[in-house]
Amino acid sequence: MAWTRKVLRVNLTDGTCTPEDLNMDWAMDYLGSRGLATKYFVEEVDATVDPLAPENKMIMATGPLTGTVASTGGRYTVITKGPLTGAIACSNSGGYFGAEMKFAGWDMIIFEGKSEKPVYLMVENETAQLRDASHLWGTSTWHTEEQIKKENQDPLIRVSSIGKAGESGVLYACIVNDLHRAAGRSGVGTVMGSKNLKAVALRGTRGLSGIHDFPAFMKVTEEKKQILAENAVTGEGLPSFGTQVLMNVINEMGALPTRNHRDVQFEKANDISAEAMAKPRESDGKAQLITNAACFGCTIGCGRISKIDKEHFTVVNKPEYWGASGGLEYEAAWALGAANGVGDLEVLQYANLICNEQGMDPISFGATIGAVMELYEIGVLDDETIGLAAPFGSAEALAELVDMTANGVGFGKEIGLGSKRLCEKYQRPELSMSVKGQEFPAYDSRAIQGMGLTYATSNRGACHLRSYTVSSEVLGIPEKTDPLTTEGKPGLVMAFQDATAAFDASGLCIFTSFAWTLADIQPQIDAACEGDWSLEKLSEVGERIWNMEKVFNLEAGLTKDDDKLPERLTTEPAKEGPAKGLVSGVPEMLPEYYELRGWDTDGKPKAETLGRLGL
Amino acid sequence: MQAKLKLFASLSDFLPSGAQANQIDIDIGDGESVAAIIERFHLPDRLVHLVLVDGVFIKPEDRAQRDLKDGEVLAIWPPVAGG
Repeated sequence: MAWTRKVLRVNLTDGTCTPEDLNMDWAMDYLGSRGLATKYFVEEVDATVDPLAPENKMIMATGPLTGTVASTGGRYTVITKGPLTGAIACSNSGGYFGAEMKFAGWDMIIFEGKSEKPVYLMVENETAQLRDASHLWGTSTWHTEEQIKKENQDPLIRVSSIGKAGESGVLYACIVNDLHRAAGRSGVGTVMGSKNLKAVALRGTRGLSGIHDFPAFMKVTEEKKQILAENAVTGEGLPSFGTQVLMNVINEMGALPTRNHRDVQFEKANDISAEAMAKPRESDGKAQLITNAACFGCTIGCGRISKIDKEHFTVVNKPEYWGASGGLEYEAAWALGAANGVGDLEVLQYANLICNEQGMDPISFGATIGAVMELYEIGVLDDETIGLAAPFGSAEALAELVDMTANGVGFGKEIGLGSKRLCEKYQRPELSMSVKGQEFPAYDSRAIQGMGLTYATSNRGACHLRSYTVSSEVLGIPEKTDPLTTEGKPGLVMAFQDATAAFDASGLCIFTSFAWTLADIQPQIDAACEGDWSLEKLSEVGERIWNMEKVFNLEAGLTKDDDKLPERLTTEPAKEGPAKGLVSGVPEMLPEYYELRGWDTDGKPKAETLGRLGL
Repeated sequence: MQAKLKLFASLSDFLPSGAQANQIDIDIGDGESVAAIIERFHLPDRLVHLVLVDGVFIKPEDRAQRDLKDGEVLAIWPPVAGG
């Protein structure tokens, strides 16, 4: 068994911490992390719950391979009902926090209720205690982590916390661990803040035992690491250039959403790319990029560590930001940059630092700024309403607005509600580039057709990490498909969705899928876990997770109407690039997708589908 | 005839002097193929992975037959990925 078989239940209303045995029957059907925690969640929480009510719960969960020697075995997932979307929220993070949870002896921690006063949870192996966090409330994730380590005189404590964004109700607040890794999307940090839970601190010294077939596990994990090392993408491309290398690729393909998806190519893409990060600056002769970084157990190391230009207007009097810190990664660079027409690499790094420091999803924040700037350009918003001029391309506006939003000041409060609510308030709902209320990531669905269907059907709102068909449509992994056509995409999206759910449930990083398939994960799980973990079973687990999430959303009140893209993408053709003249084909792909899924024409799983999956 | 050559990531090192922002204008001969350009600039096989002409992917088996035309943009990357 790679599970610790222990769950920690924390009742914030009563102030109690209670150990429970893990439900192993469920573990056999849902594996762990995203799968198993969602099973617990849907069994315990009414789908119609107000996401910010004490009755909503929040689960932090590891997978059976989290904390093991399997490459990238450092992931953990946060499951709750999301305040941004009203749908299932499922945010996955790397760093070292997940492995520490296993070392402390826990598979997952379930938070329920709401504390009267700010608290943080301190877990030291089998001991768990809620402690006063009044002195931490109103401070950043960086300060919180440092302070908790100091107070406990232990620099090895691992901390996940919220910053001001999660406290002040920014609906896309995230939970930040290890300074710059985050359970980033759908507002899981907002839920944490609504419970007056400032942080979770872990110290585990028990190591990990109980691998089912230890010799076989060591052998197979070593073999699979070799595959990652020898693969040109995971062994060289990602560690050298990080995800940011995609900026020029996607721009060249005419698939880089620009200025709130008005355009599909950004004239300053190269200025905010991986290549630009590695190039010495004119100001100080130093490159922004310092080095790469890896999460626990990772043999890829895609993370970026950078230093901002000390002379840049955003930080010239703020030495606290001059040190090395996380970013830029592709999604953040796109959302803060191309989505707003901002081509100043240093201001993007500044905005990214603030998002990490105060716990805010840079994708939703950046994309919401795109909507603000379009509303400004068309005269719906003005200088007085926003408090400053905010045309497309304004680095000054981006820098001001990130501070205002993170601190809940002035118009920042409205930006903190996300683009859907903001555009509805100003009676231009069509200008929110979102699905289910969650903003798009960095791929235009007119030029990469599979990603349109990915966004429309993602259970947690628009997201690239539910089924990253870019792998196939752009990068040719595992095989190249034409990004401009809709043919075959419903099946491709479904396959990616199910496989991704299984990857996520294991506790490993989805980036391994650039070199591994499910067939590479399967023997690692089979060696680590008791039970028969065949490829067929693992595929079924993935499909089961996807359908379970879908059923929760339907019970929460979401309908087929929530599986739609904004009209801009289905009626306004791309203006340039290979996709010039094309719109997204989601309307024609959706019926086939539903049919392949075994769902009815309203997107509801049929009884026989649920029965087959044991749901 | 002229075309634009763009080389990214580790292929940037193969750009001739005078290149800016990962690109340079190059003279091309009549009927000069994508593969011929790749050879002319001594791009190592193992680093030539993602090959786009005006943003459209050119399969490895088509590169010798695909002639580069006046005004087109040839962009090449080594194996990379993101998310």
